[in-house]
This record gives sequence, C-alpha cells and structure tokens, in this order.
Amino acid sequence: MLNRFMQSRLRGLVFLALILVIIPAFLSNSFQYGMVTQIAILAATVVGLNLLVGFAGQISLGHAGFFGLGAYFTGIATGTYGWPSVPALLVGAIMVGIIAWVVGRPILRLKGHYLSMATLAVGFIIAIILNNERALTGGPDGMPVPAFEVFGWELSSFARYSLFGLEIEGFEAWYIFASVILLVAVWFALNLIESPIGRALRSVHGSEVAASVVGVNTAKYKSLVFVISAIYASLMGSLYAHFLGFITPAVASFEFSILFITMVVLGGMGSTFGVILGAAVLTLLPQVLADFQELETVMFGLILMLTMIFMPKGLLPTLTAIVSKRMRKKAGGEA
Amino acid sequence: MTALVEVKGLDKAFGGVHAVEGVSFAVEAGQVYSVIGPNGAGKTTLFNLITGLYVPTKGEVRLNGENTTKLEPNQLAERGMCRTFQQMQICMNMTAIENVMLGRHLQFKSSLFTTLFRLPALLRDEKTAYKRAADLMEYVGCGEYVGAEASAMSYGALKRLEIARALAAEPKVILLDEPAAGLNATETAALEDLIRKIADQGITVMLVEHDMKLVMGISDRLLVLNYGRVLAEGTPEEIRQNPDVIAAYLGG
Repeated sequence: MLNRFMQSRLRGLVFLALILVIIPAFLSNSFQYGMVTQIAILAATVVGLNLLVGFAGQISLGHAGFFGLGAYFTGIATGTYGWPSVPALLVGAIMVGIIAWVVGRPILRLKGHYLSMATLAVGFIIAIILNNERALTGGPDGMPVPAFEVFGWELSSFARYSLFGLEIEGFEAWYIFASVILLVAVWFALNLIESPIGRALRSVHGSEVAASVVGVNTAKYKSLVFVISAIYASLMGSLYAHFLGFITPAVASFEFSILFITMVVLGGMGSTFGVILGAAVLTLLPQVLADFQELETVMFGLILMLTMIFMPKGLLPTLTAIVSKRMRKKAGGEA
Repeated sequence: MTALVEVKGLDKAFGGVHAVEGVSFAVEAGQVYSVIGPNGAGKTTLFNLITGLYVPTKGEVRLNGENTTKLEPNQLAERGMCRTFQQMQICMNMTAIENVMLGRHLQFKSSLFTTLFRLPALLRDEKTAYKRAADLMEYVGCGEYVGAEASAMSYGALKRLEIARALAAEPKVILLDEPAAGLNATETAALEDLIRKIADQGITVMLVEHDMKLVMGISDRLLVLNYGRVLAEGTPEEIRQNPDVIAAYLGG
C-alpha cells in the first residue's frame, strides 16, 4: 500500500514521455512540428494554471496577462537590451512572481464570481499596458524576439544541428526542448501536488474551514499557488516568444486567458495529464476547423459550456472512468 | 494553576440578536468538558468563538493563559487547539488518509524547494506521516478505509475520520461539535469509548452534544446554555439536580 502510494505518480510521467518520443513518427514537416511544440509550451502553462484552478479551486481569468508579461519581458530584454535568454527568462519570472504576489494578496480574499472579475481585470490591465507602451513593446504591431540562446548556442526553428553525430533540423530541436520542458513542468507539478504543500492547497478547495482549523494558513497558500501558476505562465510565455520569434499583445489578451481556462476545464480540472490533453485538443481544433475562424471564440465558449454540462470532470477523467468501467464489466463477465 | 481554556464575559451579537451573552467558564487541562442546551442555545456559536471562526463582540478567550480572542483558526491550531464540526468538514477531493495527513500540516517542515525536487527529507516526512495517519485511522476505528477515497466513506466513518484528522494535529485540547449526531446506539457507544481513550491520553476534550446519556456518563464538568446565557455549570451530579436545568432542558 505504502509503495503504491509513493510510486503511482511516476507511471503517468513515464507514459507521457513515451508519447512524446512516439509523436515524431507521425510528423512529416516543420509546420506539424511547430504545432506540437506550441502544444507542449501551452500545455506546460496550463499544468501550472491547473495547480491554481483544479487543485486549489481558485479561478483566474487573467493568466494570459502573466504569460504575456513573460513573453514581453523576454522580448524587450533580449531584443532591445541584448540580454542572454536564460537570465531574461528567470528575471522575468521573478518579476511576474512579485507582481502576482502583490496583486494576489488582496484579490484572493474574494471568492467565486468576484475573484473571476478581479483576475479578469488584472489580465485586461496588463493587455492594455502592453498595447499602449509603444516605445517598449511596439504597441499593437508587436515586436520581434531573437532566437533562444545559451552560451552563444542558438536554438532556431530554421537552423540545422548535429547532435551526437545525428543531423537534426531546428524545428525538431525545438520540439525536443519543449518536450523536456513539459516533462519537467509536469514533474514539478506532480511533486507539488503529492506533498504536504499540495495537500494544503487541495484542502483549500475541499474545505477552507477544515484547512484552517488544522493549521493551514489559507491566505498564504492561495497566494503561494497564485504566484507559482503565474511563474509557470511567465516562463512559458518567455519560451513561446522565443519560439514564435514575434509577439503581439494578443498573447496577453482576454481570448488567450479564456483559451487557458477552457484547456483546463475541457481536459479535466485537477488532472495534470488531462489538461495536457485539453491543450492539445484546443490547439489542434482551430486547425481542423480553419473555415470557421471567426467563430473561434464562440466555439471555445460552447466547448466550455458543453464540458461543464456533460462531463464536469473533464475529458481525461471521464474517458478513464469509462474505460475502467468497461474493463471491470468485461472481467466480471468472464468470471 | 491556570485553566487551559478560559472564557470571560464572551458576547456575540448577530445584528440585534445575542447568540452568546456574557458567558464565562474555565476548563482545566485533562478534563472532559461538555456544553449542553436546547437547539439555538448558542453552543456552536460558542465553539466558533473559541476556535477563532467568529470574533466576539465583547469578552475574551484565553488558551494556556494567552489571550487568543482575535487569533485566526490556524494560529490557534499552532497553539494546540483543534476541532471537528457538526456539519462535517471533510475534503472530498482527497483520499481518506490524505485528510488525516492534512491534520499533520503543522508538523511538516519541508520547504518549497524540497517539495519541488521531492528530496529524501520529504519522503521520510511523508512516510512517517502516512504511517501515523494510518495508525490514527485504526485508533478511531475507520482503519478499513486507509486506501479509500473520502467520498466513498459512510457518514459514521467520516465522523471518525474528522476526529482522526484533529488528533493528527497533536492538540492539547480538542473540540468536538455534536460527534454523536446521526449515529446509532452501537456507534454512539463506540464513540464514547473513543472519547474516553482520547481523554486518557491527556488530551482535554470539549464537547457539544445532545445525547444526554453520553454526556452525563463521560463529562467531568458541564456548562448548560439557554438563550445564549449560562443556565448552570458544574459536575454531572450537580447539573442533574439543578432545578433550573430540569425546568428548561431536561423537561423535569
């Protein structure tokens, strides 16, 4: 029992790693590699958001704001001021963490709709600032972002690399990089959830009163998870900026915040692997339905509604439940 | 010697209604101290005031000599006070044993860094906590649910789980709000044994309860509330013979 408790968490991670290794077998061009890389980066973002929404039960409709801040901090620091990528990414994340803490302390006293409104406003304010500070951000026209580079070694989708004698394309290298980042992001999230800190976070969702009477400082833990999820968003925003090579304030927009939340709800609140599936489905869906581009926001809204009504637990938990039910039935029938 | 829990002139008004008015009493360490009274007498409000969920309009609460009137529930937990609820507060999004492990929150010293990298120090802590929580579930009598989700447990078992969670915090004083409500006679008898076991460990027990047989058999002292005021205070024998109590509550 104890062994199962300690080890069950790693199964999912190994399974995810296997999927990430197999995926390239189905990819044939740089566009498709670009899609899955994007999915990996967005998935890592919502794995962080899920800590807040799925596990601690607090809503944020403004997380694209933190994502956008990370993206723009990287864009400005590396592009305009010539910083190396890694320090830019880290300093950006620390700054966003501080902003999230300062903003989070007062607004996390709110609950439900009021918290949604407050976080929505935070997202809007950030988007407005990015739109208006033309001198820094280039305004609505956006700004170019240099390639990701470590110690003079550049990671660009258009370059070619030779790794251990193996020739790989730049877009393949980006895919590998993003996959590793996703695995690390998931690993951290899983470690956090199954720990005393994670239990405190989940108890804030389950019963705030129960949490407080056993000594959990609920205000502190809400702020903590808000900051952690904002840092996830900022780091992934920075990578996203490097990956795309060009950013506009759309990365901090309300639509993007809604997209993140929809990924979490569709995939399964409180299911780390579920939200990755959510990210994949909602990134691929607009490609499949390219003819209905104007209706994109409407469709996300519809998906959100239908998920809430028909599978409130989300895609992956619902599917898992169906599969295990079938298997149990089958086993029962044979016996 | 100073009392472990001391309440002086406690007053709580909701709008114009005084739910608790001028209540004073003291609980010595190691006692089983019960609060009884008709529905709406202010028993749960009193518990909420003592445990920091409500801030009193007037008066003060002292825990171990320290004025704790304005402290938050989590700060009181740090000082050794823990409770259960009449309307059970179980985290249904967690497994049964995780609920009990949550009770050990204050015993964990792991940093965020240790947690993110899941370093050996954390695993050691978790192993100890898991074992201790499993023992506690056995102790309160819901050991068969160690591997279960909280949502899969019966009402009676959840009541015990909540007590196990409170005990996991290693409290000096534990407040139980109607632990026998909704339990059948067998379960109530088992609960009585459990409360005795807890008291024998040296943990002070405060109890709000309607089951007279349980209360009279187990308590060292009782406080009788009526319309938010103290009607009587004393040993079970004194209470049983108090004419006011007989008139107002026991229904003479």
